[in-house]
Amino acid sequence: MSSPDTASGLPAAPLPRGRTTSGTAAPLSARVLRHGGYEALAMLRNGEQLVLAIVLPLLALVALVVTPLLDAYGPSRIDVAAPGVLALCTMSTAFTGQGIATGFDRRYGVLRFLSTTPLGRSGLILGKAVAVAAVLAVQLVVIGGAALLLGWSPRPEGILPAALLLLVGSAAFTSLGLLVAGTLRPEATLAVTNLVWILLAAAGGVIIPATGLPAAVEPFVSILPSSALGDGLRNALVDGALDPLACLVLLAWATLAGLAAIRWFKWS
Amino acid sequence: MRVPTTAPALEIDGLIKDFGPVGSLDGRMVRVLDGVHLRASHGAVTVLLGANGAGKTTTLECAQGLQRADGGVVRLLGQDPYRASPDLRARVGVMLQDGGLPPSVRPLALLRHVASMYSDPLPVDDLAGRLGLDEFGAVSIRRLSGGQKQRLALACALVGRPEVVFLDEPSAGLDPQSRTIVFDLIRELRADGLAVVLTTHLLDDAQKLADYVYIVEGGRTVAEGTVAELTADSETDGIRELRFETVPGLTLPPGLLPHLHQLESEPGQYVLRGTLTAEDVAYLATWWASCGVMPTAISLAPRSLEDVFLDISGRSIR
Repeated sequence: MSSPDTASGLPAAPLPRGRTTSGTAAPLSARVLRHGGYEALAMLRNGEQLVLAIVLPLLALVALVVTPLLDAYGPSRIDVAAPGVLALCTMSTAFTGQGIATGFDRRYGVLRFLSTTPLGRSGLILGKAVAVAAVLAVQLVVIGGAALLLGWSPRPEGILPAALLLLVGSAAFTSLGLLVAGTLRPEATLAVTNLVWILLAAAGGVIIPATGLPAAVEPFVSILPSSALGDGLRNALVDGALDPLACLVLLAWATLAGLAAIRWFKWS
Repeated sequence: MRVPTTAPALEIDGLIKDFGPVGSLDGRMVRVLDGVHLRASHGAVTVLLGANGAGKTTTLECAQGLQRADGGVVRLLGQDPYRASPDLRARVGVMLQDGGLPPSVRPLALLRHVASMYSDPLPVDDLAGRLGLDEFGAVSIRRLSGGQKQRLALACALVGRPEVVFLDEPSAGLDPQSRTIVFDLIRELRADGLAVVLTTHLLDDAQKLADYVYIVEGGRTVAEGTVAELTADSETDGIRELRFETVPGLTLPPGLLPHLHQLESEPGQYVLRGTLTAEDVAYLATWWASCGVMPTAISLAPRSLEDVFLDISGRSIR
């Protein structure tokens, strides 16, 4: 059928075959984990994302330790600072980084192509969640390690509640990032997720507790996912307590944003 | 060889797809597909031919499960593609028109990743060698030429050993080298028993590759058949074009062969289009003699797919 491939200068070897059956899908867990690893590596290899995920939080951590900004909120600067920076990390990875990557993948048709492979739409979303968790784990090790070097002593009984809050918090911010990436143009996603990240970092109860904000805005800020995560992590790691309200607020955001993303996310 | 099956790999009947609501049309819906009909079999290349905007890509997207049909029947390997299971998707390879390739990734890294979604993919290195991907394996996808991207997208569509392959405009942006590689590969896939479904607006592609052609126009299938069937013309001897080369600047005298459309495409290169008979050729020879010229080359071409397309749609395909 095929003529010798002289024009191309390439060997006209037959397509590699050796099987008579047609394609079969890898198991769901393998597909999701592989895609998660692939996206996590892509995030960590991207220079801008690395700045957002590692460098800026490290700078924030050091700045909060050497300045008296947090002196009103506890006896130890680093103990108050570290949970807030971990909340900041969650936002940067799950919301900003993941949102921007998804927005551009959508523009380039990558989401459409991958959804035709055995990975599928659900596998793609689950893989993104795995990628966020993997990058967050790297951040926890780097930022947590740096904080320990700076004298951080988190309450041991607060570790489990903190892990729970990080889990629900990353679900909420991943859903929000997907909602933005799936409805706006990628350039707009880039602008919106960065702007929201800066605004929430500065005045969203992430680093500076909501109670430290003017009384007029405090009730609004305290129902933001940023404040729920920041204050919840501080309650857990400074006082060793699980903050049920923070948990509920994050769960509500995760549910609402998840439903909205399912409803409005455009794949192309 | 694959297990022969009598059921078509893809069946589309009365496919309807609406887009919208469209703001510029006061929020009305726009019907982009209005009765597409298509059958694709294993071991055959089925071509959707049509002008840009005819509905080819939307038809493919409905067949691939990327769009949900608003009406009609779409069966891919006997199943509804919009609700395709991972195992059904594993049997189907897709090459999108825009490629769907992430620009910052390296070609072979992407191919390996796509391969990892299958339990028994083709060996990546063999496939990459066959498509010449290793020539540019070290750069990121954004630096590839159009033809290189098409070859990579084709590899991604084939790596899972599909039995149905969808190729949306596979020759778009192809340099001659890539075109040879891709066309040879498509013929090989057919020989291997795959159902190949491709769209094109290039009549040349269809004429070279198609076992069966569906002409899509205005969101519906307006003609179908093999290239031979479509170009067969019972009313004439089917000759539609006469070309000859001689001195520049000749013009047919008014009234001679008025039913033919004449054109001097380049100085000294003449094309006559229309239904040609032996008598017409005799008149021409007489005219050449009266002008004292003897053409250095004369060629006749039968009715082409382009003529078919013009007859059906009343407009040129491009």
